[in-house]
Amino acid sequence: MKMSGAQMVCEAIIAEGVKTVFGYPGGAIMNVYDEIYKQNAFRHILTRHEQAAVHAADGYARATGEVGVAMVTSGPGFTNAVTGLATAYMDSVPLVVISGQVPLSLIGTDGFQEVDAVGISRPCTKHNYLVRSIEDLPRILKEAFYIARSGRPGPVLVDIPKDITGELGEFVYPESVDLPTYKPRYKGNDRQVKKAVEAILNAKKPLLYVGGGTVLSNAYQEVRALAELTQIPAVETLMARGVMGAKNPLLVGMLGMHGSYAANMAMSETDLIISLGARFDDRVTGKLSEFARYADIIHIDIDPANIGKLVDVDYPIVGDVKTVVEKMESMIREKVDPDRYQVWREILARYDELHPLMYHDSEEVIKPQWVIERIGQLVGEEAIITSDVGQHQMWAAQFYPFDRPRQWINSGGLGTMGFGFPAALGAKMGHPEKTVINITGDGSILMNVQELVTAAENKIPVINVILNNHFLGMVRQWQTFFYDKRYSETDLSYQPDWKMLAEACGGAGYDVTTKAEFDQALQSAIEGGKVTFINVAVDRFENVLPMVPAGGALYNMLLEHKDQ
Amino acid sequence: MDKVRRVISVIVANEAQVLARVSGLFAGRGYNIDSLTVAPIPDTDLSHMTIVTRGNRRVIEQIVKQLHKLIPTFKVIEHEHMVEKEMVLVKFPIEKPLADIQALCQAYNGGIVNVGTEMFIAMAADESIRIEHFVEAVKRYHPIEIVRSGVVAMER
Ligand SMILES: Cc1ncc(C[n+]2csc(CCOP(=O)(O)OP(=O)(O)O)c2C)c(N)n1
Ligand SMILES: [Mg+2]
Repeated sequence: MKMSGAQMVCEAIIAEGVKTVFGYPGGAIMNVYDEIYKQNAFRHILTRHEQAAVHAADGYARATGEVGVAMVTSGPGFTNAVTGLATAYMDSVPLVVISGQVPLSLIGTDGFQEVDAVGISRPCTKHNYLVRSIEDLPRILKEAFYIARSGRPGPVLVDIPKDITGELGEFVYPESVDLPTYKPRYKGNDRQVKKAVEAILNAKKPLLYVGGGTVLSNAYQEVRALAELTQIPAVETLMARGVMGAKNPLLVGMLGMHGSYAANMAMSETDLIISLGARFDDRVTGKLSEFARYADIIHIDIDPANIGKLVDVDYPIVGDVKTVVEKMESMIREKVDPDRYQVWREILARYDELHPLMYHDSEEVIKPQWVIERIGQLVGEEAIITSDVGQHQMWAAQFYPFDRPRQWINSGGLGTMGFGFPAALGAKMGHPEKTVINITGDGSILMNVQELVTAAENKIPVINVILNNHFLGMVRQWQTFFYDKRYSETDLSYQPDWKMLAEACGGAGYDVTTKAEFDQALQSAIEGGKVTFINVAVDRFENVLPMVPAGGALYNMLLEHKDQ
Repeated sequence: MDKVRRVISVIVANEAQVLARVSGLFAGRGYNIDSLTVAPIPDTDLSHMTIVTRGNRRVIEQIVKQLHKLIPTFKVIEHEHMVEKEMVLVKFPIEKPLADIQALCQAYNGGIVNVGTEMFIAMAADESIRIEHFVEAVKRYHPIEIVRSGVVAMER
């Protein structure tokens, strides 16, 4: 069928089953917006900033497991989207971002709103395309979706010159993709898996090291089953919260810079790491030369480049976590003796009794950790929690009782302040039946605060709980610990009126200074059905503990601080 | 870990941006490039890149894996048993002893490739290490300009 390039873009979005697209129009993408106007197969949400559009598509993708789609214009529209691309890239989120480009004849002439989008996005996309001919467009669109969601997922940019979206061409959306140069490996080598199983059977202190890849591969049931069958304890990374389930007795906790004592000690003392879709990030390992010194390593990852990148691996297995763990489980079923690891489990339980994850609650001032626990008690399993970046993020990861994957959505790899609110909008569009709460800080929320308008206009009732410490708290904490309390440019004493700000945009606002007020505000927010700010005044100088100082060994945790 | 020299061939789809993807990968991840050559493979829509790099074992392994991860990459060959050749052009003032230089070039699979009124150009084609010797050897004739091609390699 003959149609314009702009129509092809819409047809591809429809063919891929995408129900919601986030974006912001402008000159170079107007042809596509004209087609969006004419259709009603999918919804378009106009965010108030391109960065927010990409984060929203990202939140949608993380919450649903589907590919998220965002659309922006050339030049500044595209550059505003770059932080969103980089955020999704670092956390392996499947996105397709369509950007307008100046007409082909103007490319390379410093045309109005021309920027080298493929050049800029090359290091922060899984792949990108500059479309040079209408004939290529159907294939490129198909490939973009395929590449985004297959293998190790990631964002793909399709940059389309304006004359191509305006031009007519033949449209047949390809049924399948055949890229001879791109063949992700899912299965995992049987011999390697067998060797790994032998290693598990011979280990005394094996440990499941559960990473974000288990979420991406939808492997949580398989991973839980393997743990259940073998009774091997598990630690989760920041990205994997919810995979094991908070109530799972085999979950030791989150590990890493702000991981629990028991989880970090487990990693330090294990004799066999079973890494499932994790990548030995520096925030997890601490000082590498001291990391897991007694352990052999089984590393299961769909991305071969992750294996052996930072640590030497004894049992490399390239494959999809879900498939490989299933295979492992069937091989180990008849042979494993769960009692074998009993002593190990007891050691870890004792570590947890010795230094449990805790805080000192107060009756004078609200502790931020209390707020997280309280949200957990009030909405628990039912809610989707997004977050920004800082202390509030770490407290949310530590204290929220996450029960399932995709319940916890945060920018772990890039650490992008301003991610939480638009990601919450995307998550809510993907799961309208769920309560979506963004746990944020008084710093982070202002980076994308304009999305109040988007949320109010489109009646997307997400709740932002601002843990307000009047500080760029995480930076302040480092200044307290490592810079002799020189609080350079971290004091946020000057603040907007949060309630008024939310109301001015058509949302609801609550200022909270007591626990009772918090309960009330959260209930009103859930019942009110509007985008909401709950501004909670929390202890200004609370620190995130335990803490492994950057570059220190994982077992050397600060458990308390004199200023606490 | 000790740094080693490695010659890597990358077979890629012959398409826009592909050289930028490869060189950007090296720049962005801080890998060394000693030389890089690229040309289409006859009768295919592929290109052959030959990259000479340096790094410890882990870095080399990462380079190979990261190259492979690029979507247009078809194949990555970390050469072990290879034939490796590089070419060099050297320009001399016309007063220099042409016969001596020609004899030297012949020892390095080369010869005189151009003679003008003011200058002449000599060529040699050999393994990189021998090309280095050649360049050392011709220095005493005070060449005006030296251009090396970078390495091409083929597994034996
Ligand atoms: C876009 C961006 N800029 C800067 C930083 C560095 N940074 C990390 S945490 C933080 C403070 C965040 O403050 P707030 O949102 O109030 O959270 P808190 O730590 O106080 O809970 C900053 C500035 C970042 N992560 N992202
Ligand atoms: Mg703060």
